[in-house]
Formats: sequence, C-alpha cells, structure tokens
Amino acid sequence: MGFYLAQLLTGLANASSLFLIASGLSIIFGVTRIVNFAHGSFYMLGAYLAYTLVTTLQGGIPGYWFSVLAAAVLVGGIGLVVELTILRRIYRAPELFQLVATFGVVLIVQDATLAIWGAEDLLGPRAPGLDRAVRLMGEPIPEYDLALIAIGPAVLAAIWLVFHRTRWGVLVRAATQDREMVGALGVNQAWLFSAAFVLGSALAGLGGALQIPREAVSLQMDLSIIGEAFVVVVIGGMGSVTGAFVAAVLISVLNAFAILIFPQVSIVLPFVVMAAVLIVRPYGLFGRPGSEHGGAEEPEQPLRLLDQRSTMVLLALVAMLAFSPAVVSDFTTILLVDVMVATLFAVSLHFMMGIGGMVSFGHAAYFGVGAYAAAMAVKMLGWGMLPAMALGPVAAALAALFFGWFCVRLSGVYLAMLTMAAAQILWGVTFQWQEVTGGDDGILGVWPAEWASSDRVYFYLALVLCLGGIWLLRRVAHSPFGYTLRGVRDSRIRAEAIGIDTRFHQWMGFTLAGTLAGLAGAVFVFSKGSVFPDALSIGHSIDGLIMVLLGGIHALAGPVYGAMAMVLIEDWVSRLDYWRFIFGGIILTVVLLAPDGIAGGVRRLIQLVRRDAA
Amino acid sequence: MTLIRRTVLGALAALPLAALMPQIARAADTIVLGEVNSYTRLPAFTEPYKKGWELAIEQINAAGGVLGKDLVVVSRDDTGDPATAIRIAEELIAKEGAVMIFGTFLSNIGLAVADFANQKQVFFLASEPLSDALVWSKGNKYTYRLRPSTHMQAAMLAEQAAKLDAVKWATVAPNYAYGQDAVAAFKAELTRLRPDVEFVEEQWPPVFKIDAGPTVRALEASKPDAIYNVTFGGDLAKFVREGSLRYLFDDRPVVSLLTGEPEYLEPLQGETPNGWIVTGYPSTDIDTPEHKAFAEAYMAKFGEAPKTGSIVGYNSVLSIAAAITKAGSTDTEAMLAAMEGLEVSSSPTGPFMFRAADHQSTMGAYVGKTALVDGQPKMVDWTYADGAAYLPSEEEAAKLRPAE
Repeated sequence: MGFYLAQLLTGLANASSLFLIASGLSIIFGVTRIVNFAHGSFYMLGAYLAYTLVTTLQGGIPGYWFSVLAAAVLVGGIGLVVELTILRRIYRAPELFQLVATFGVVLIVQDATLAIWGAEDLLGPRAPGLDRAVRLMGEPIPEYDLALIAIGPAVLAAIWLVFHRTRWGVLVRAATQDREMVGALGVNQAWLFSAAFVLGSALAGLGGALQIPREAVSLQMDLSIIGEAFVVVVIGGMGSVTGAFVAAVLISVLNAFAILIFPQVSIVLPFVVMAAVLIVRPYGLFGRPGSEHGGAEEPEQPLRLLDQRSTMVLLALVAMLAFSPAVVSDFTTILLVDVMVATLFAVSLHFMMGIGGMVSFGHAAYFGVGAYAAAMAVKMLGWGMLPAMALGPVAAALAALFFGWFCVRLSGVYLAMLTMAAAQILWGVTFQWQEVTGGDDGILGVWPAEWASSDRVYFYLALVLCLGGIWLLRRVAHSPFGYTLRGVRDSRIRAEAIGIDTRFHQWMGFTLAGTLAGLAGAVFVFSKGSVFPDALSIGHSIDGLIMVLLGGIHALAGPVYGAMAMVLIEDWVSRLDYWRFIFGGIILTVVLLAPDGIAGGVRRLIQLVRRDAA
Repeated sequence: MTLIRRTVLGALAALPLAALMPQIARAADTIVLGEVNSYTRLPAFTEPYKKGWELAIEQINAAGGVLGKDLVVVSRDDTGDPATAIRIAEELIAKEGAVMIFGTFLSNIGLAVADFANQKQVFFLASEPLSDALVWSKGNKYTYRLRPSTHMQAAMLAEQAAKLDAVKWATVAPNYAYGQDAVAAFKAELTRLRPDVEFVEEQWPPVFKIDAGPTVRALEASKPDAIYNVTFGGDLAKFVREGSLRYLFDDRPVVSLLTGEPEYLEPLQGETPNGWIVTGYPSTDIDTPEHKAFAEAYMAKFGEAPKTGSIVGYNSVLSIAAAITKAGSTDTEAMLAAMEGLEVSSSPTGPFMFRAADHQSTMGAYVGKTALVDGQPKMVDWTYADGAAYLPSEEEAAKLRPAE
C-alpha cells in the first residue's frame, strides 16, 4: 500500500512541474492564439537563471525562493521583449505564422544559452530546508516533492483568483472566448496580449526554476519538455488552465504506474493518451468548440492559373534545373536532390494545409512510412529499386488513409495535435520494434540499383519523381476536387449545404498529401542509403511546417520557396560557429520583413519593380 | 525600408549561388581529413573531442606533418541528423578533397556514415560511437572504430561485478540501442562468469527524459542486491539525486557504465555517489610519461583538464597519421591495408592496435570507483583495462561480421 502511495505522490510531484509549464502555454494560446514553440526555451532559461542566482546568492531558504521567483520574473521580462519586438508585429499574419517566429527564437536561445552558460550540465544545490526525504507509511518521500505537490494547486488557485477576481483576468478570459468582441468593446488588445505573454513566459520560467533541485540544468531541457507540454495543453483543452492541471495529473500519474508494468511505454504514453482523449472529446477535456482556431484573418484570394509569361519563366527554370548537372559540381547535384526531396515534402504538406485547410504537426510520419516501406522492401523482400520506390507511396497512402480517418473528425490545432500523436506513435513503433525496423540503428545499405548509382543518373530520377509529384499536386489543386477542398476550407457549412461530403473530401485530401510525402520518403532513402526513426520524428515534421509557413501558405509557390530557403540556408550557415543563432536571426528577419511568407514578399517585390518600371 | 527589403530579399535569392562558387584550391602540400560530428547537438561531449584532435594536428604538423605534408582537418557539424551527416560526408569527399573521414558520436550517425563509406569506398574511422553493430553485425571493409565499444566496457564492468556477493540484479538503461546493447552485453558476460545471478528488474526510461522518481521506486520495489546503471548525462544526475534521496543506493553496490568519464562525473559535483564501480577516465591522475606530456600540452593550450572526448579526438588523429605513414600514400586501398593490424605504439593511454578481423581498436578504458576527494568528483582505485582482453577472439569476431 505504502509503495503505491509513494508512486502516486511521485506522479503528483511531476504533475506539478508539468502543469506550471503547460498552464503558461495554455494562457498564451488562449489569448493570443500563438502556438509558442519557444515555451520550452523560456523553461530552460528559467532553470539557468535560477541556477546562477541560487549559486551566487547562497542565501539559504529565503535566498533559494527569492532566486526562483526572480528567475520567473526575469523570464517574464524576456517574454515581454520577444512579444514587443517580434510577435506584436505579426499578429495579422496568416494563422500559425507566429509559430515560425517562435521557432527562430528557439534557435537563438539555444546558442545564446550555450554561449553564456557553456556546454556542460550544471547541477544546482538541493532546496535548502527541503533536502531530505520523510517517511510516509514506511516509504521515503522527498520533502521537495511534497512542496511541489503543494505548489502546483497553489499556482492554479492563484491563476483562478486572478482570472475571476481582477478586471485584467476577466478581460483575459473574455479574450480567450472572443477576441473580436473584446476589441470592439474598446479594450487595448495590444497590452492584453503582452500581459498574457509575459504571464505565460513567467510561468514557464517558474517551472524551470523549480526544477533546479530535481535535475541537472542542461541544453536539452527546452526540446525535451515542449512536446509533452503541448500534449498536456491539448488534453486539457486549449486555453483552459484547469484542464491543463487535470491533464498534467493524468499523464504523470499514469506514467508513474505504467512503468511498473511496461517500462518501455514512457516514450509514447502521453501521445497515446492524447489520441484517445481527442477521439472521444474533440476539444480536449475542458476545451470549448471554437477554441481550436487562430484569430480571424482575411479571406484567402482564389488561386489563379499561371499566365503565359509566368509559365514560360517556370519552364525555363525547370529546364535550367534539368541541365544543371552539366555545369555544376557533383556535390551540388547531391544537394539539389536534397532540395527536391524537401520541396516535394513541403508541397505535399502545403496541399494539406493550404488547400485542404488541415494543419499537420506530424506530416513526417508519411514521409517516414514511405522511406521505411521502400527500405524494407529492398532488405526483407529483396525487391529491386523501382518496385520498392513504388511501394513507398502506397504504404504511406495506407497509413494516411488509416490515421486520416480519425484526424479529419477534428479541426484546427486539435487536428494538428492528433496528426502529431499519430506520427509519434508510428515513431515509437519504429524505434522500439527492433526485429523488424532495426530500432534506432535503422536500416542500412539501401542504395540505388547499379544503373542509377551515379550521382547524375539518380539526380534525373529524383527530378522526374519529385517534379512529377509537385506537378500532380498542382494539377489537383486546380481540379474540381481541389476546388471542393478549398471550398470546404473556406466555409465548411456552405460546402455541406450544397451537398458536399466534407469529411470524405478532407479524408481523400489527407491521403493524397500523405501519399506524395511517401514518394518523397522513397526518393530520400535511396539517396542516403539508410533510414532511421529520425525520418518520422516531430523535429522533421516541424521542419516541414516551417518550410510551408515561411514560404507562404497562401501561394502554391510558397512551399517551393520555403523548402529551398530552409535547405540551402541551413547547408550554408551550419559551416559557421553559432550557426543556430544566425539561422534564427535570418528566420526572424524574413518573418518581420515578409509576414505573408517569402512568396508574399516576392510578389510584393515584383509589384514594386513593375511599378518602378512603369 | 523598401530599399532594405529589396536588398535583403535579393541577398536571400542569391544564396543558392553560394553553393555553386568554386572552392579555393588547397595547397598541394597538405593532406585533407574530413571530420563530422554533432557539435551543436551534444556540445558537452564534442567540444573536448574537438580540442583533442586540434591538439594532435598541431603537434603532428609542428613535427613535420605526415609524408612531409601538413594535415588539415575540415570539420563540420552534422546537426544530429544522419541524413545531413551523409550529405556532409559527400561534400567533404567530393568538394573538399578529403582523403578519409573520421568523427561521429551518435551511434545511428556512425552507422549511417559507415554505410556511406562502404558504398562510396571511402576510409572511415568512427571515433566515438559505441555501437557493437558498427564493427560486428553491420561492419564493413571501409570502417574502423577507435573507442572501446559498448560490449568491451560492459565486459570490463561485468568482471568487477562478478566479484561482488550480489545475486539479484536490477538494470536501468536509456531506451535505445546503446542502452539495450549495454544491458544485453552485461547480462551475457555476468551470467557467463557467475551462472548463479538473476536479473529481477529492468527499467527503460526514454533517453534524456527520465522520470527519475518512479524509476527509482520501481527499482527499489524489486529489492535487488545490486544495480547496473547505463543512464548518463542529465538522466544520470536526476537518477543519482532521486536515488540517494530515496535511499536506493544504501548498502547496495552500483555498477555504472561510463560514469567515470569526466563529461559525466564532473557535473555531479558534491553529489557524486561513493564507491560506484565505473568505467571512465581519471584524466588528471594518470602519470605515465606519454599521458603527462599530453595532459600538460592540453592544459597549456586550452586551460582545462582533458576529458574522455579529448583523448578520443587525440588518439583518432594519431591513428590516422600512423595509418597514412604506414601506407605511404593517401590512396584508400593503401590506407585500408595499413589499418589492418595497425599498431599505435605510443599514445597517452598506452599502445593499442586495430584488429584486422573486426576493425576494432584495442584502446582500453579505466575501471575504478567513484569518490569525492577534497569535494571534487574523482575516480579512485582505478586500473587500466586493456581493450584486447575484453574482446572476443579474432576468429569469433570475424564470424560476427557479414560476409564480404
């Protein structure tokens, strides 16, 4: 009995830590509708700042708690700077575009932290006065765990009081429900947003600072927490602080007991729980319908077919690409294959997001399934290169068909998070099922057939397949099916009223996007000769997302620009020291100069040039 | 504003051209070595490693280079992604004119680059990855590995573990290939030496995401006589802290892989557990003349004591220089022929050689106990375990490799 109590208390202590970071994320999303990837970075900064303060002050019990609070306040200040200098300028950008900016902040914070605090993990002191364990029913329970168990609900109560007893809190809740109405009533939204962002960042900083006595402060803290924090927010319902608390308790306690029975389960457990919750409750436990979308934005312009001159320019560019191996070095053709694979991947994701109106945080799943299917066909079935390559998109289509059926029942951020859960579950299977997938040692030796083994021949094979895929998606976007999808995206109700089966169309759109991502995966695996679970990882999905958003979601050319920019800039800057800082800076520059993405920036540039010429 | 916008966008548009620019030709009297590692992903381990090879390059060039030419290393960051690592390897060979490739830390990146080396017929010296598969089940003609492997280090610990009274063992290891290999090798070796032991509990926390409290509780619940630990880095710190808070380590021997390496031991500071049996590197206490010279040069250049990565980076370059000298050229086949049975007669950690049968070096590791000496974490009672003693015989090892 005592043993289970101890396990429960440990779970609850973890729940408090998780709640602190998730609550801040939930508040930020609720008010500003920003999917804040930088939240993990704020958490990490809180931990580093608290470490520095605690070890410099050496002030016993008051010194420790002062340091923790001071770190939270400092992180709130950093949040304010980020909000004022970057986010405030891009609230009017397309949905989720702010996410790109926060991604840039993540990169900058990573390198800044490395530069300031160094690479080595830092182990802070234990909390003074709470540095031992007490025995409850014969089981040792760390005192600090008990303190955390108290802090979590205390913070929840404080937030509740602020939200229900202060004017500011009432406005925050009002904004969470209906931003336009709050604005219409004359509330200064700008300051409301800033304040919510500061509060959210400070909570993340507090969460990080309170971790000092429990773990070493390290550079991995940001990315290791962010996925789980999102899961908690979504299970609880976006914007609901109480929901975040319940979800944090649910996840942490389940994990504490699940590892007794099945120790390997930790890597996917939160995502499985999230998938189950979302299938039963499409808005999370405490979320409201309508909590899933970003702010209102201008209706999208219809897509236009290319005029004759643009078509000629495009054909000329394709011809240039096709003849490029004759002039450039061998390595450049290899780089161009990478660019083409990334472009097809981004275009397929754009088809789903831009045309289909379904945001995906897990598109790499289908890329990875395609790559793994092709690799396994070669290694286990002994297939040749071309049939294996054909199997890639087929397998990806089946996976997309299966997961898409569940995903299209949701919308907005909830849909996105369910795609992420699907991807993470597939990743977990690939990672864990060593006998079949090779685990994280991957599958090696998947090289092109003899006739295609020269860099140049493979370049042309990739050119045909990738450009073919991109052309197909473009063609579909302009087909009746594409028109229907865009209609569903812009107004589901009107589309249903004229007799369109909206879910079926979205499901098929999802599957088509997955299929083409699988084709990209199949081309990828033969160009690299090996595939690892990284291909399905969240990180890879996020790369795709950044390419699409950075390129510009409202234009068919957007993902092409985005993919080229990402691959080429990364290839270029990663030669430099502190390249993540530079890369993050470039991303922020693009975000601020072109809030409608690179495609929008290019379009405006062309207009300017024409006007100047005229 | 418009002007700035145009300039920036113009500059962005011109970026792809940068890839097309011709490289500055390197002087003919140098030998270019390609190097790739996870510098941004795992800086705590790769920074000392980089310093190590930089020191070796400096010393070798100061002494006249190799075959009368200076060694030049072109070093790149793989961003922690195997696909990027392969692209970089291609670039190092095709564009930078590297005669071979060395480096990598993560096992999956090591395996990916090894497979690339096999396909493109390039000599690859895997410096840091520990995976057994690299030289055994997925070994190939073009790949050699320097650092003592998971199997070797686990076997060194199993030898010590067998001397304990403990019969009931529990294991905790990160849930990925390295952790799984480390547990499997330890179990096999310990059971061979002590058929009476039993393994009563296994915990597999996700790597860098250990939920230490419940994990410690689960281990405690199985009431083992002793614990075998494979967690490292941030996971290790959490595990040690939670474990000591909950009395998990009281009267219970712990055998722990790699924990004696300064990269992992130093962050534990005052909480360093006492008497854990570990493999590692007592960098400041080794007093062989070779090591003293190395450590002094390192301290003088970088102002800090060398770490495990430093010694791996240093020995990598020593091995490559020895191979090129023996081969007499930088032709791949000649270098590969030289690598077979290559003896590195003098290194800071003592002599070692590369086995022809499985391409594994016999560089060893130090086995000892953790302790706090004057408030600083240290390895005490250590001995050098020569890698050769913990490898299967060359005949057996050859059978572990795929037919060529």
